[in-house]
Amino acid sequence: MSIQLKDVRYSYPDMPEKLVLNINNWSVAAGEQVFVHGPSGGGKSTLLNLLSGMLQASTGEVSVIGKRLDKASSQQRDRFRAGHIGYIFQQFNLIPYLDAIDNIQLAHQFAKTRTSSSLKDDIKSLLTTFHIAPGDWQKPVAKLSIGQQQRIAIVRAMINKPELLIADEPTSSLDQHNRDIFMTELTAMVSEHNTTLLFVSHDMSLAKYFNRIDALADINTAGTEN
Amino acid sequence: MFFRLATKSLFNRKGSVVLTILAMSVSIFVLLGVEHIRSQTKESFNSTVSGVDLIVGARTGSLNLLLYSVFRIGSPTNNIDWETYQTISTNPKVAWAIPISLGDSHKGYRVMGTSTDYFKHFSYGNKRQLNFAAGQAFNDLFDVVLGAEVAKTLGYSLDDKITLAHGLGNTSFSLHDDRPFKVTGILASTGTPVDQTVHISLQGIEAIHIDWKQGVKIPGSTIQTEQLAALTLTPKTITAFMLGLNSRMTIFQVQRDINNYRQEPLSAILPGVALSELWQMIGILENTLRLISGLILIAALLGLSAMMLASIREREHEIHLLRVIGAPPSYLFLLVEMEALLISFLSLVIALSGLYLGLLLSGDFLTSKVGLQMSFALFSGNNLLFILLAIGATIVAAALPSFFAYRNAKLSR
Repeated sequence: MSIQLKDVRYSYPDMPEKLVLNINNWSVAAGEQVFVHGPSGGGKSTLLNLLSGMLQASTGEVSVIGKRLDKASSQQRDRFRAGHIGYIFQQFNLIPYLDAIDNIQLAHQFAKTRTSSSLKDDIKSLLTTFHIAPGDWQKPVAKLSIGQQQRIAIVRAMINKPELLIADEPTSSLDQHNRDIFMTELTAMVSEHNTTLLFVSHDMSLAKYFNRIDALADINTAGTEN
Repeated sequence: MFFRLATKSLFNRKGSVVLTILAMSVSIFVLLGVEHIRSQTKESFNSTVSGVDLIVGARTGSLNLLLYSVFRIGSPTNNIDWETYQTISTNPKVAWAIPISLGDSHKGYRVMGTSTDYFKHFSYGNKRQLNFAAGQAFNDLFDVVLGAEVAKTLGYSLDDKITLAHGLGNTSFSLHDDRPFKVTGILASTGTPVDQTVHISLQGIEAIHIDWKQGVKIPGSTIQTEQLAALTLTPKTITAFMLGLNSRMTIFQVQRDINNYRQEPLSAILPGVALSELWQMIGILENTLRLISGLILIAALLGLSAMMLASIREREHEIHLLRVIGAPPSYLFLLVEMEALLISFLSLVIALSGLYLGLLLSGDFLTSKVGLQMSFALFSGNNLLFILLAIGATIVAAALPSFFAYRNAKLSR
């Protein structure tokens, strides 16, 4: 299993009485591409933060690619996230004043999975695959279009060849044309690397790209009980 | 990559960063500049005279005697009888004596009447003797030896003729223009008041004043220059004299004897002791300057801290992104510290370059007007300590914004 959640409860420390997540049992198999949809305030970001190790469950088991994140220290979770999980957001995926190559290298710095020489080649090859022209590689990413930035974000997220890729509404700032390009390239990339994809969005039109669709309300029962 | 991220992050905020660097540069410039001038002035003071065991003058305070006899600043309270000088200088405990006679000038530079023993025995710095850059000591009545700065500033060379003026000051209307002097020697630079002194023989001093009375030339005087050689030109009085003793063990005994000299009220001082007294007086000013420059640095560091703190608030997304890609909170702490250190380092480079440039441009002015020869060795003495202190203070000043970055990273979700 790529993701295995069991009896997971989570509430924020400043509001311990309010349960944000209550997941009895939810799992995702390795290599699966899952579309999770749900309304805002449904605990979506909290779930993703638990899976990436940014947050730690109050109770229950959180197992990601065989690693028990609920039992790992903060440092262990940071290292695990750097090496095994890729993350793409709706926006602010990149450091705006760095160029594409620096942004991608930065993500690699914390994982340190291979030598710098092969890394450069990989970056250039991936940027070419994602149709980023060589002339744009060394421009600050803030000067590139949103579509280009999101494609660079995929490269940044995939550079360490993560087993799990989390995408949090990554297409909401893209127009139809760029959204289609983005989805095609993303799904092709994860299929090629057999990466588990957890894609969260409220845009149901994207469901067609996935073979498994889960409603967040079915996963998280917090707020629906009583 | 860490260093690259820090530099590019600073470059991204270049407006506020440049202003902070300027403020830091000015404060470090002031701090190091004040310290450098202080240490150079002290060194210059301390190296003005060495190897002289006692300086003797008419009864006065030790500082006044030191200032007029060595630094050519101020005026003596009285003169000393030539017989007194003869009596003391022939004391068996005395190895050598250098008479000093002051009172005239040349274009603002003081004229000092002395004997050729001055060139043999007077030393400065670490017992360095006077050397001639050109020519030799005075031999004739109207020979003159110029200090290095006098020759350089006024453009004199050997065999040039110069006219001395009666009294002090840049402009004098009482000139000894009937008895010009010939330049026979130019001393090598010493970085001491010697460089600003015009040296002639005691007999030369007598010769130009032989037909003068109370600061005015006696009208109708008929003594021709050629006649002077035949006259006995022994001075009646001198301003002060320096003594070198055979044994340093006898310094206090000789000093006591001179201070109790019955025929004439005299003061004998130890130059080293008088110099340290002088420096103690300047110490208050010195500490005040240090305090002010320290406060300026603190103000600049607070500015740096405020700028970094404001930047943390603007960088929430960046901090979150770094956390998501695996950066531990300590990385964010160190990143902000590194940015502050880069600002500090750049400020140091600018401040030190400014100081070098300042010394380069003002070196001649300081030497000619203040008599201060400034060294370019900026990393000597306390300056190295102050540089390390500035770096340490930067780390402390950046601790608060670094902690905020760390805390934001910890809470980032």
